[in-house]
Amino acid sequence: MADLVLRGVEKAYGEVKVLRDIDLDIKTGELIVFVGPSGCGKSTLLRMIAGLERISGGEFTIDGVRMNDVPPAQRGIAMVFQSYALYPHMTVHDNMSFALKIARKSRSEIAAAVDKAARILQLTPYLDRLPKALSGGQRQRVAIGRSIVRDPKVYLFDEPLSNLDAALRAATRIEIAQLKEAMPNSTMVYVTHDQVEAMTLATRIVVLAGGTIAQVGTPLELYERPQNEFVAQFIGSPAMNLLPGEIVGIGAETIVRLDRGGLARSAVPTTVVDKGLRVSVGVRPEHLRETDGDGIFQGEVAITEALGEVTLLYFTAADGAAPVVAKLPGIRSDLRHRTLALTADPEKVQLFANGTSLLYR
Amino acid sequence: MDATAGKHVMDKIAGRKSGLVWAVHLSAFALVLLWVVPTLGLLVSSFRTGDQIVGSGWWQAVSTQVQQLAAVRIAGEEVARDGLFVIEGQLFAAGTEVNAWGTSSVQPEAYAPGAVADLDGGVTLTVAADGSFVLSSPATMADLRMPRVFATAATPPEFTLDNYGTVIASPLAGQSIGQAFINTLTVAIPATIIPILVAAFAAYALAWMEFPGRALLVAVVVGLLVVPLQLALIPLLQFHNWIGIGKGYLGIWLAHTGFGLPLAIYLLRNYMIGLPRDIIENARVDGATDFQIFTRIVLPLSFPALASFAIFQFLWTWNDLLVALVFLGTGNDQQVLTGNLVNLMGSRGGDWEILSASAFVSILVPLVVFFSLQRFLVRGLLAGSVK
Repeated sequence: MADLVLRGVEKAYGEVKVLRDIDLDIKTGELIVFVGPSGCGKSTLLRMIAGLERISGGEFTIDGVRMNDVPPAQRGIAMVFQSYALYPHMTVHDNMSFALKIARKSRSEIAAAVDKAARILQLTPYLDRLPKALSGGQRQRVAIGRSIVRDPKVYLFDEPLSNLDAALRAATRIEIAQLKEAMPNSTMVYVTHDQVEAMTLATRIVVLAGGTIAQVGTPLELYERPQNEFVAQFIGSPAMNLLPGEIVGIGAETIVRLDRGGLARSAVPTTVVDKGLRVSVGVRPEHLRETDGDGIFQGEVAITEALGEVTLLYFTAADGAAPVVAKLPGIRSDLRHRTLALTADPEKVQLFANGTSLLYR
Repeated sequence: MDATAGKHVMDKIAGRKSGLVWAVHLSAFALVLLWVVPTLGLLVSSFRTGDQIVGSGWWQAVSTQVQQLAAVRIAGEEVARDGLFVIEGQLFAAGTEVNAWGTSSVQPEAYAPGAVADLDGGVTLTVAADGSFVLSSPATMADLRMPRVFATAATPPEFTLDNYGTVIASPLAGQSIGQAFINTLTVAIPATIIPILVAAFAAYALAWMEFPGRALLVAVVVGLLVVPLQLALIPLLQFHNWIGIGKGYLGIWLAHTGFGLPLAIYLLRNYMIGLPRDIIENARVDGATDFQIFTRIVLPLSFPALASFAIFQFLWTWNDLLVALVFLGTGNDQQVLTGNLVNLMGSRGGDWEILSASAFVSILVPLVVFFSLQRFLVRGLLAGSVK
């Protein structure tokens, strides 16, 4: 049982503030995923929650107790590091029991906790091995097991799967999801740069950008109703297309005339003051489909990437702008060098003014 | 085209690599020779007798030696026999085989064994292969100056443990090597352990604990690395006298500790700071205090660094002469091996068998230390901790 609350938390190295104005409420039983580009401060924020980095400003509480100056061991947290950080000179058993020995738990208590964790993670046959005699996935499980034996209130994961190969990563991801399900009362904070991990594991995702929170929401909220252009482009792959234009029709359905021709209809409602407003029309590649009429966009397909299940179409870009990408079902390599008109359902079309979604005004 | 070009490049790289490997192997072999040959020579010499060392090189130690023996003047009782006056006797120790002999230093190999040499006044001399001689004269030789015999003889190889017995037990230069050996151990073992203990704590603090002035302390340690110890000898000795330690073992332990600490702290800190940060942070999250992190995690993982510094420090204190001369007394219970060797060079400089045996006793311990600890220098203890 643990509620984590961050209020105005910031991190500064000298004059440089790498994190600022972090306001976040994490409820018991949630699995919160921090995502963001490299250097956005997601790992730093996790380490501040762990107590490995000093909190420069603001307040951080667990269950209402101020934690800013509490040492890591007394915060009731356990952390799984990206590099696993196993103690190389100790067996798997000793690795898992280290924290309990430090805490002067009784021998029977330690044995019970280690046995239970080893059973959950299928590590029982490896308890007497040294870490160097384990495979990458087994080391990862030992690292997780080391957290479980401590029975913490909060689990912290710092990119735990990034050192595994693709197949093992998918398998371990599912194991973590099952682990979470088996411990509904534990709170987990998980840092990753992998969208798939974020979308599949998270109760809620926190997108960090430029040292602050860009948006907090459930995975589908972020996908369907991104708050700003950054989140819109960060979530989803390939990234959402952004096309500049001007609002020409208002009402329950907004009509935008795009700079490179074509009209876009969006289900985002607008009022009379918005007429003539410069906006970016956001539409995901997978929501674009071929049309006979004018549609939103018309252009020549420069490159096709057939992935089997879908085909990615890259259109010739107009002077310096990012190329428009469309994702069509099936194998459509035949479309290369052809001129296509594309459109999308108005419900799937987002509008951004000055980087912020018109949905969140 | 790409494939073949790639293959050529690969061949070139492979070829250059094997050339380099050969160069490495050859130079390693040369270094091994450079070290092994003199050591072997010393070892072999230490088992030979003084005469044999003077007579031939150590590489001839196992073959029978043909050498010119020292001239022997004939002496013995004159016996009258068959109208002649005869002196008979044995020139050399048993086992010596005479190859050739002569009666003048100009022609020391003039006669074969058993040949008869005519000397002045009808005197004849015969020397047999076993070294027995017959000198006969028609007149009495009582007033005659006896001739000298120069002989070239073959002596069988001879090995002995007596040299070691002599140097270890008997006091040749004030004290025995055995006593000096004990004294040196008394200096070297604490002078190795104390600085490692102190330095390991200091290195951990300088590597992993946050406190103001840490960077400055590290800079001071690096600065102390380049201070020559000669600078501190006299002030330190005065200080020892002033606080009442004087000359003695406690003083030299402290001196060696002080002189060894900068390097020890520097080496160990650099090693410890290279340990993965995640491991130490994980221990911190696990609730370990700094002391527990040090003893349970950092110390076991730093064992290769500890071992290599221990080797250095032990060899340096074992071979040290200067610090021992300054901080130890000159009594038999305090003089170290190096000091004893210096004295032996003075008083027994010609006795190679004594010197080589003494020298070998003094290098024995460094050899044992090196060979027993060297595996820690190459073993990677970090394997498996991180991917």
